[in-house]
Amino acid sequence: MSFKRSKRAIRFIFMALAIGLSVSGCGNDFVLLHPAGPVAASELNLIEITAATMIVIILIVWVLFGIALVRFRDTPGNKAPYRPLWDHNKKLELGVIAVSVVAAVIIAVPTWNKTFALAHVPKGKSPIVIDVTSLDWKWLFEYPSQHIATVNYIDVPTNRPVLFELTADSPMNTFWVPQLGGMEYTMPSEVLPLWLEASKPGLYWGRSGNFSGSGFVHMTFNVHAVPASTFNAWVRNVKTTQPKMTMADYRQLLKFNWIAPRYYSAYPAATFPAETHGFTLEGGMYMEMQPTPK
Amino acid sequence: MSSLLALLFPPSTTRNMELSADVLIILASAAIIFYLTRWHRWKYLWREWLTTVDHKKIGIMYLIAAVTMLFRGGTDALLLRAQLAVPNNHLLGPLHYDEIFTTHGTIMIFFMAMPLIFAMFNIAIPLMIGSRDVAFPRLNAISFWLFAFAAFLFNISFVIGGSPNAGWTAYPPLTELAFNPGVGQNYYLMALVVTGLGTTATGINFLVTILRMRAPGMTLMRMPMFAWTTLVTSVLILFAFPPLTVAMVLTLFDRLFGTAFFTIGRGGMPMMYVNLFWLFGHPEVYILVLPSFGIFSEVVATFSRKKLFGYSTMVYSVLAITFLSYGTWVHHFFTMGAGAAVNVFFGLSTILIAIPTGIKIFNWIFTMWNGRIKMTVAMMWALAFIPTFVVGGATGVMLGAVPGDYQFHNSYFLIAHFHNVIIGGTVFGLMSGVYYWWPKVTGRLLNERQGKWAFWLFFLGFWLTFMPQYALGFMGMTRRMYTYSHGFGWSSLNLISTIGAFVMGAGFVVMVYNFVWSQIHGEIDVTGDPWNGRTLEWSTPSPAPEYNFARIPVVTDRDAWWAMKQEQKTNVVQIKPQEITDIELPKSSGIPFLMGLSFFVFSVGMVFSWWWIAGAGFLGFVVCMLVGTFDYDDHKEVPRQEIQNTESAFGRLQG
Repeated sequence: MSFKRSKRAIRFIFMALAIGLSVSGCGNDFVLLHPAGPVAASELNLIEITAATMIVIILIVWVLFGIALVRFRDTPGNKAPYRPLWDHNKKLELGVIAVSVVAAVIIAVPTWNKTFALAHVPKGKSPIVIDVTSLDWKWLFEYPSQHIATVNYIDVPTNRPVLFELTADSPMNTFWVPQLGGMEYTMPSEVLPLWLEASKPGLYWGRSGNFSGSGFVHMTFNVHAVPASTFNAWVRNVKTTQPKMTMADYRQLLKFNWIAPRYYSAYPAATFPAETHGFTLEGGMYMEMQPTPK
Repeated sequence: MSSLLALLFPPSTTRNMELSADVLIILASAAIIFYLTRWHRWKYLWREWLTTVDHKKIGIMYLIAAVTMLFRGGTDALLLRAQLAVPNNHLLGPLHYDEIFTTHGTIMIFFMAMPLIFAMFNIAIPLMIGSRDVAFPRLNAISFWLFAFAAFLFNISFVIGGSPNAGWTAYPPLTELAFNPGVGQNYYLMALVVTGLGTTATGINFLVTILRMRAPGMTLMRMPMFAWTTLVTSVLILFAFPPLTVAMVLTLFDRLFGTAFFTIGRGGMPMMYVNLFWLFGHPEVYILVLPSFGIFSEVVATFSRKKLFGYSTMVYSVLAITFLSYGTWVHHFFTMGAGAAVNVFFGLSTILIAIPTGIKIFNWIFTMWNGRIKMTVAMMWALAFIPTFVVGGATGVMLGAVPGDYQFHNSYFLIAHFHNVIIGGTVFGLMSGVYYWWPKVTGRLLNERQGKWAFWLFFLGFWLTFMPQYALGFMGMTRRMYTYSHGFGWSSLNLISTIGAFVMGAGFVVMVYNFVWSQIHGEIDVTGDPWNGRTLEWSTPSPAPEYNFARIPVVTDRDAWWAMKQEQKTNVVQIKPQEITDIELPKSSGIPFLMGLSFFVFSVGMVFSWWWIAGAGFLGFVVCMLVGTFDYDDHKEVPRQEIQNTESAFGRLQG
């Protein structure tokens, strides 16, 4: 079987399992299985590899366990061998170690590759930058190149990487859009980068994945992925029709509440840290930060 | 006066649910006090239990406390699941839900699992290694009372002062005063510091006990597997709890004295807390599971009537796990920007630690292989562990694969995973241990029929509760959400999960009934060896006398008692009257109890910032230390006549 075919087979088995699990009968609700961009697709691919490997291990254990349980019961007349002193077998023990090591290597190699690969925006593609600040209990998005800001809603162009620079003016949250890719923390006085990309137009929901107080459940937002021309039109529309954000507006956003999406045609630069302390900007990051036009 | 009342009884303590709990607590306390007074049991309680330093009685007290805490933590769990049963539910408000998931997690880890583990240590280890007590009996009692008063402190928070509400991990800055006024978080911090001190002392105690007090002939490689896992667990405790205490104390300083270790402003660094917490937290999960691994090794071998397969591989696996468990903590926060290289290191170490664990699973199966499996309740818990835990371990590896974790982090996939390993590993193992060693400390066997009912309800309930949660993770449901709306497709799986939780609750009720019923009507264990056991504890009568062994046994083989039985040498447990000598035992003391009380008073003072009360508590602690230090009258002789009478009553006197 070719590699591609086996990959498809794995995906098929996994989908079948997922659909079987879904009592609602609606597989589309399994957002992790429906990636809408390269990052989420790559992560799903690794999840499939690890799941398939682990299912093999689970089945080996279950089958051996089942046989032992049936064959060696303490029932009168059981003809199976009884060897109370049988306590080692070199070949068997080495075999177990070998199986475990092989399984570990199968998982370790793609883990290594993908961790490094996903750490960088793909070379040759220039990302659009969005500065994200988690607040109690809402998301503030600022587009440094477009000079607009939004709350709890973003438009992004399709087929272009989006570099999210994440920080918090609140307790920690994580920024997560499951169909576009995995999450990353937002932390006060740190800026962490995360790149995602939508390869097809659509409306994808996002939420915070880290508890941050009683309004945390309301920290949801929508990501609207649209073709570049539509995106540019949307930016122009926001710039011409929406109010400017002042520092007073920003302080209003710091209040402990949740609100509907908002749009601003401009925002004060001081609302996002120009410099951060700690290690994030000095190497050792999950991802090298692209120089951002400020 | 009114400000004091507002401090003691904020709105979160005056909801209907809390007020009904108040009534129940007052009624139960009144009933206990009435019982103790009416039947003149106060003295008995003080003399036989509160001041005891006997490891077996301390083990029983840990067991009772742990089952009580399982009730509290389980009630919390059922409330959480009831709230999530249907979308847009209003059974609990968001604040209420936040408090309950915080106390659920904290109680289950620190005040249920840990004491149940220490119950097993105390009940089994000295008997297993042929010792008369632990190395430091009074310290053992101090450990218990620090735990007990810390548990009490943590549990009163919801009726006086308000519960903590920032999750059992309590990440700052959410736990800082700016976001978390009120005293709830102080309760959490003080309770964990105090119980942590007790736990550390327990680690020291069992480390020294196992290294120094084994019976003659019991070399390290002849120790029962449970002694091995207890030994390495003790080492893990010694290195894991200091970072936790540091994290707790620094947060407390931020809250009480205005420092800025983890605050948002003034240079605070919340991520430092996360590192400290998981530097404790990851070894902690092995602290939770290794003792159970030891119990499975004993139980599976006993009820397969066969030697443990691959003993030395098991020992090296446990040592490898111990070592590696300090190199995996970052996998709890891959998504916190530590860098690709760091993440790969910790991802691979996580995958690596699965190898020794996997080897152990296979070795238990091979222990059953070529054996004769007897289906007792203790064995059923151990058997249930194997197919369950392997799923939890497998999903753990999936979480260790870094980019996969970016999608799974904090989702219900994670929730399902850690309940899968902690219930499927730790709890199943401890239940197996409870059913296995119960006759040794109580002298009665637990009813098997009731035990099987409890087992099946709990086991099936477990699968029903947590398998749907894996799927919910794939649907994007994250932890600690107090409610969810229609339209995500989460409703039916949540309902199934809730049903499963209530089935588990029913299993718990049957189990407690089983305990109580068996204590009254259960079959009396006359032989001291009801399971045809392999290790030394089964050579003693049930319940074992205070001094454990009239004569310390000499060990010549790995399964010492099994070997004696095979060689027809079981009469070594019988003793000739002229061979009996006086036995020196530690003497009961009120100091451990009073020291726990002092820490309680100190903690209450710290929680409410009443410095004079904190000062009084601290003074009490200093006095206890001084009195204890100069108390040279700390042991007693059991006269040989008394030993002769006891042994003769057990029919273990020769000639």
